[in-house]
Amino acid sequence: MINRIKQFFIETGDLSYFAARFLREALKPPFEFKELLRQCYQMGNRSLFLVGITGFIIGLVLTLQSRPTLIQFGAVSWMPNMVGISIVREVGPVITALICAGRISSGIGAELGSMRVTEQIDAMEVSGTNPFKYLVVTRILATTLMLPLLVVFGDLLALFGSALLENLKGGVSFQLYFNTVFNALSFSDLVPATIKSFFFGFIIGLVGCYKGYYCKKGTAGVGVAANTAVVMASLLLFLVDFIAVIIADIFYEL
Amino acid sequence: MENQDQMRPLIEELDARKLVIEIRDLRKSFGDNHVLNGFNLTLEEGGNLVIMGKSGSGKSVMIKCIVGLIAPDSGSVKILGQEINNLDRKAMDELRLDIGFLFQGSALYDSMTVRENLEFPMRRHKKKLGVNKDTDPLVLEALENVGLAHTIDLMPSELSGGMKRRVALARTLILKPKVILYDEPTSGLDPITSKEIIELMHSIQQKYGTSSLIITHDVDCARVISDRMILLVDGINYAEGTYSELSKSTDPKVEAFFKK
Repeated sequence: MINRIKQFFIETGDLSYFAARFLREALKPPFEFKELLRQCYQMGNRSLFLVGITGFIIGLVLTLQSRPTLIQFGAVSWMPNMVGISIVREVGPVITALICAGRISSGIGAELGSMRVTEQIDAMEVSGTNPFKYLVVTRILATTLMLPLLVVFGDLLALFGSALLENLKGGVSFQLYFNTVFNALSFSDLVPATIKSFFFGFIIGLVGCYKGYYCKKGTAGVGVAANTAVVMASLLLFLVDFIAVIIADIFYEL
Repeated sequence: MENQDQMRPLIEELDARKLVIEIRDLRKSFGDNHVLNGFNLTLEEGGNLVIMGKSGSGKSVMIKCIVGLIAPDSGSVKILGQEINNLDRKAMDELRLDIGFLFQGSALYDSMTVRENLEFPMRRHKKKLGVNKDTDPLVLEALENVGLAHTIDLMPSELSGGMKRRVALARTLILKPKVILYDEPTSGLDPITSKEIIELMHSIQQKYGTSSLIITHDVDCARVISDRMILLVDGINYAEGTYSELSKSTDPKVEAFFKK
């Protein structure tokens, strides 16, 4: 038990040091713009389908599940407000981040882990390239920049899914649905959600890179790196979400 | 006599200049596992030094200490006259331009083509190497040196083990290093491909006059390539000499390496 607690603090310290090193290296030239763009494409564009389809289904399900209760209370006209606010504030960012933790964080963990095991990271180092800058900084920046965009995309598809169901079941026009949603949303819904999406992206990239970069030797180590990256990133996402909601509550009195 | 005393520092300096690698009293431990226990080594310009030792004897740790991939606990590592323990990252990266490293498993970047693999080491040093935007001639020259110009657009996964090793050697050569470190260059290869790699290493040494430090288990490789050998046992220099001297040794630990 004591060993586990000790290990937890060691891991927390190492991860913090890794994050500090990222900030230091990210601000120092030379900058790897080409690799950053490639990573943005890999992580952003290639996650669109998954995030889109998940968002669409979440929108459908949320509307479908809420409908009977709202009808019971005669409040079905509040559906766009309720779904809009819950998706923009919470469901959209968290579900998108969890999907990305599964797809991107584990992918980074496995990729960097296998590069470590096959000495490709060492080969970069001896060729005079800073592997931390080339591999880690670009990936963390890419996830930090791409996740808010993916969240917006996922939110829009979730709202579209909800609007489609309301249109089919309640005869509500798309225009009326979206007008109601956008009237219900305020600045205090969008700003905290956007800011926390950046942090979600940072966590996904950071944990994936940390686990992969310090992967233990052997192919088993690569599997462990990919697996623990998803678990750790998912846990940290909820922790960051909780902190973000508390801070948003202080500033905006949600 | 007085003159000789005055000349001694100058003579020593001239001798030191000829050394491309000089390791003194290198020590490295991982927890309770003492891997290197005061290892010493000198490699002269144009020399071919082979280090032999059992698995786990510290050969790979030693070679990684030379290029700064592992920090030693104590001891001195001088490469081309520069003490690497005193170098910052920028200076170390510049020194690495003169050091080639062939990894045991080739370590080709598997998400890049052969061309991109060879271009990668040049990307930050084009000015210094006098290379303009078009790096193709250099890439082709390096690949031709290893007889694999036709693989330029292939991915590493499309190459055989021997081809990967040769492409890795081409990547090492592209920066025209003064010294090349080989970590088990023939391990995992069949005898015919091993022979081809050994011949290739020999021809590169002849063509470019590079100094080579080779870690190997392969006695044939040691016989063909080495002009001096060190046997590393329990983290120290157990025996030193030429191939013919060591192969005739009656010491059981030395004999064990040469038994077929």
